[in-house]
Amino acid sequence: MNEFLQFDNITFENKKHSISELKSISLEIRRDIIKMLALAKSGHSGGPLGLADFMAALFFDNYMKYDSSNPNLPSRDRFVLSAGHLVPVLYSILARAGYFPIQELSTLRKYGSRLQGHPGLDTELPGIETSSGSLGQGISIAVGMAMSDKLISKNSRKVFSLTGDGELQEGTVWEAAMCASNYKLNNLCWIIDNNDCQIDGRVKDVMSIYPIDEKFKAFGFNTIEIDGHNFEEIRTALNFFEENSKSSSKPTAIILKTFMGMGVSFMKDKYQWHGNPPSIEQAEQALKELI
Amino acid sequence: MKEYLKLQDKKTTREGFGEGLAELGEKYSNVVVLGGDITGSVMTSIFRDKFPDRFFSIGIAEQNATTIAVGMALSGKIPFFSSYSAFAAFRNADQLRVSVCYNNANVKIGGGHSGLTVGPDGATHQSLEEIALLRALPNMTLIVPCDYNETKKATIAVGEMIGPAYIRFGRPKVALFTTEDTPFEIGKAEIFRDGDDVAIIACGSMVWVALEAAKHLYNDHNINARVINNHTIKPIDSLTIETAARECKCIVTAEEHQINGGLGSAVAEVVVKSYPVPMEFIGVNDTFGTSGEPEELLEKFDLTWQNIYNNCLKVIKRK
Ligand SMILES: Cc1ncc(C[n+]2csc(CCOP(=O)(O)OP(=O)(O)O)c2C)c(N)n1
Repeated sequence: MNEFLQFDNITFENKKHSISELKSISLEIRRDIIKMLALAKSGHSGGPLGLADFMAALFFDNYMKYDSSNPNLPSRDRFVLSAGHLVPVLYSILARAGYFPIQELSTLRKYGSRLQGHPGLDTELPGIETSSGSLGQGISIAVGMAMSDKLISKNSRKVFSLTGDGELQEGTVWEAAMCASNYKLNNLCWIIDNNDCQIDGRVKDVMSIYPIDEKFKAFGFNTIEIDGHNFEEIRTALNFFEENSKSSSKPTAIILKTFMGMGVSFMKDKYQWHGNPPSIEQAEQALKELI
Repeated sequence: MKEYLKLQDKKTTREGFGEGLAELGEKYSNVVVLGGDITGSVMTSIFRDKFPDRFFSIGIAEQNATTIAVGMALSGKIPFFSSYSAFAAFRNADQLRVSVCYNNANVKIGGGHSGLTVGPDGATHQSLEEIALLRALPNMTLIVPCDYNETKKATIAVGEMIGPAYIRFGRPKVALFTTEDTPFEIGKAEIFRDGDDVAIIACGSMVWVALEAAKHLYNDHNINARVINNHTIKPIDSLTIETAARECKCIVTAEEHQINGGLGSAVAEVVVKSYPVPMEFIGVNDTFGTSGEPEELLEKFDLTWQNIYNNCLKVIKRK
């Protein structure tokens, strides 16, 4: 194996970090994504790279409650990846949080791996809350979890769920939105990755879903739109949800303005990188930029 | 092997779908195509680039696309909608049942990236159940072509027939072995190799694998296997199947699909009613797929000529 595709064994704690620390965490996540994808020789590079900043803050800046040594802790907050194809970013995060050995990242998409091309509960990878990959389903699962927590168990757990922007074209997504506000699920934080890219092109050209913010408002959400690569704004958004979960009866939608492929110059904002891995040479070049 | 078969190359079946569709577009001005954000993967992009006025991007909305197609069909158009088979048969199953089939609407669905051979994407994308679902729908015609040429012929043929139809095809390059001269008629299974010791009835990419098994059975044991390309799952060609049961007296089926409810089940329904003989079934056995390389998965899930071969030997003993 090429030396530059090897993974170091650094793990991160979930505590208040400085912004420069968060930046170096998200760089590590981006390097993992490039390495995993280059080794897998198939899979999605662009979306995961665009989410590295938000995901770093969500998992490593003391916003979510979890214990990687006790993945099934009944009081944990849950993260549901509705856009299952974005899972490389989640695998990297979970490994760096200590859920499973970091070296396992090199097995992505290989036969026998727990790191399936799209998350599967069947492999029992610690930290994965549900299978996903058929777009639009995860968010309804998240609504179900939030209903269970708030309306039946009446506990204070939170559910975070991430959808793509193309994913919002699936009709059931709006059924989930309707339900979330109908049942006043203020324990639900819905994150929308608005990179305006999907497989066939720009989201606005394939099937416009704009304006996102007003749609969610009309569906009864507290909404906030932020630069998904700015840690101050990410913190503002996560604090906004924290506040809403106490003082508002509405669910929260965080609209992340991101760039597909962020961090790698030749991938940035190019929808063609939605579903392709870098070649070994491209990975080497990308890793030189990610320092 | 019949003289009209000749191994030429490896080529994807999805190219056959995309090119067949473009040919249909040339011939009929009322053929329209609906896109589900993966037009390059399922190759409806060829039609889109040639006939941009008759291509409509619907976004990632398979249920909506299916019912929009019904609206177009009820307005005299011949709409094709294509996506991955995992989402073009299941996400929209209710729409297919009520709006497409109950209306007997002239809607055509192309289900791409089917089966295990979509590979590393894993279980969520490896559709292995559509045959079971679709063949239960009244009015539906279901075709699983075996290679590039046949997929192209099947695409044109479903465009020219009236009524709901679904074509299931795959992602990787597979053996291209039928030719211009190979007969193709919807509803008519084709005998690709003569023999009367055992019948191997297959569909899709398993037809070539079945021919391989037949070659080895002959070389190793002088066994003459009849290989039947059962491309049309519905309506099933009962006559060809019953004749195979009578003349070969045992049958092995092979498909890149669940055994439950698939081609094998369709064949067994005919056999049990007309002329019961011992059967063996090759397919995925009541389990989900997993990530891996296509060839690797076919091997791990026993969709190989060796397994067909062994099951032929086994079923012959049960005669
Ligand atoms: C129900 C369903 N239909 C189609 C697909 C195929 N698919 C996978 S990702 C994708 C595009 C998703 O776009 P977006 O949500 O914007 O994610 P991004 O391109 O930003 O990664 C599509 C169509 C799928 N996984 N599920």
